[in-house]
Amino acid sequence: MHLDPDTRRQFEDLTLPHLDAAYNLARWLTRDDHAAQDVVQEAYLRAAKYFASFRGGDGRPWLLGIVRRASLDWLTKHRQRDEVAFNEVAHDRGDEESNPVLLAVRKWDQELVRQALIDLPRQLRETVILRELEGLTYQQIATVTEVPVGTVMSRLARGRQQLQQRLSGCPEGGVR
Amino acid sequence: MNCRDVYQFLHPYADGELDLVRQLEVEGHLSECSECTDQVENLRALKTALALPSLYHRAPAGLREKLQLPIQPSTRSPRRTYARLAAVAASVLVLLGAVAMVASLASGTTADDRLAERVVAGHVRSLQVDHLTDVVSSDKHTVKPWFRGQLDFSPDVPDLASQGYPLTGGRLDYLDDRPVAALVYHRRQHAINLYTWPATDAPDRPVRGLSRNGFHVRQWQRAGMTYWAVSDLNDQELDEFVRLFRG
Repeated sequence: MHLDPDTRRQFEDLTLPHLDAAYNLARWLTRDDHAAQDVVQEAYLRAAKYFASFRGGDGRPWLLGIVRRASLDWLTKHRQRDEVAFNEVAHDRGDEESNPVLLAVRKWDQELVRQALIDLPRQLRETVILRELEGLTYQQIATVTEVPVGTVMSRLARGRQQLQQRLSGCPEGGVR
Repeated sequence: MNCRDVYQFLHPYADGELDLVRQLEVEGHLSECSECTDQVENLRALKTALALPSLYHRAPAGLREKLQLPIQPSTRSPRRTYARLAAVAASVLVLLGAVAMVASLASGTTADDRLAERVVAGHVRSLQVDHLTDVVSSDKHTVKPWFRGQLDFSPDVPDLASQGYPLTGGRLDYLDDRPVAALVYHRRQHAINLYTWPATDAPDRPVRGLSRNGFHVRQWQRAGMTYWAVSDLNDQELDEFVRLFRG
C-alpha cells in the first residue's frame, strides 16, 4: 500500500494520537495483551486502507469502529466464547455491602472492579468501556458499535446495573 | 415528573446527555426525592470507580513501532514522536491563532478571549515540551508549600483523587503578564491544567465555558482569585471537575 507523503501525514495525525484508545478497547474486548497488540496492528492496516473513505470529523470514533471490528474478527477466529457465564458463587461477597448507599462511600476494590468489567457480556462491556473509559458520547458509541442510540442507552443501563450488582455482592439484583 | 418518569432519564442525566429542559425537570424531581437521588449517587460512585487510571490499558511501549503503517522507518522514541506530533498540532494552533487574531481585529475580541487563547496555548505547550510539572506529587501538602517559595500568593490545592481526579503536580507558568500557579490534575490519560492567580478586580464571576481549537476551557473568579481550567477532556467531565474543585 502506498500513501503519498501528505496523505500519510494526515493519516498519522488522525490516528496515532488514539493509539492508547485503540489498544485499550482491543484489550478489553479480547481480554489478552498479545491479541490486543495484533488486533491494533491489523486495525491500523485496515484504517490506512479505508482512509480514502474517511469523511472528516473526529478520528477517534472512526478508528475505534475499525478496532472493534478487528477485535470481533479475532474473537470469531479464535472461537473464544464471547460470553463468560457469571459465576455467582465466586462473586458472592455476602450481604455485608448490600446497601446500595454504601456503594457510594466504600473504597472501591480495584481488582474487583476490573474483574466485574471483564465478566460483563461483550456487548455491555464495550458500551461501558467506550462511555466510561473513552468518554465517547451516546451518538459516537452508536456509530462505533453499529446500533441505534436507544440500544446504546439500554445497554449502558444494563451494563451498569450488572456492575453494581456484582460490586455490591448481590447478583440477584439487590441494587434495585 | 414522578419516579417512574424520571427513571429512564437517570443514566443520561448522570452522563450529561440530557437537553437543558429535561435536565431541569430531573433536577426538580431529585430535589424532592431521596430515593432517586440515591440512585444518581450510586451511578456517580460507579462512574468514579470506572475512572480509576489502573483500569485504562495504555498501549505498551513498542506497539507504535510495530504498526506496519506506510510510514518511513524511524529511530525516534515514542516520546519524541509524540513531541513531534504535538509540535505539528502546535504549529496548527499557531496558524489558527494567527487566523483568530486577524478575525479578532475585525470583530473586536475581548481581553478575556485573548487570555483564553493564551491559556490553551499554555496547556498545549505544557504537554508538548514534556514539562507538565515542576513539582511532581499527588500530595497537596507537597504541592501547596512548593508554590509558597515561588509566588506571592498561595493557591488552594484540593485533593480530588477519591473523586477520580488525582492531583499529579504543579508548575509555574506565565499568563496575563504575571507568574501564575498551574495545578495539574488527571482524568484517565487526560491532563487538566488549572491556572490560578490573584484577580485584578474583586467581584466573583460564575463559571463560564468556552472551547478553543478542540480544547475545553472553564473560567471563574472567586474570593479575589481568578481560575482557568483547560483540558481535552469532554465537557461533562470537565464540568464535574470544576464542580468538585470549587467544593
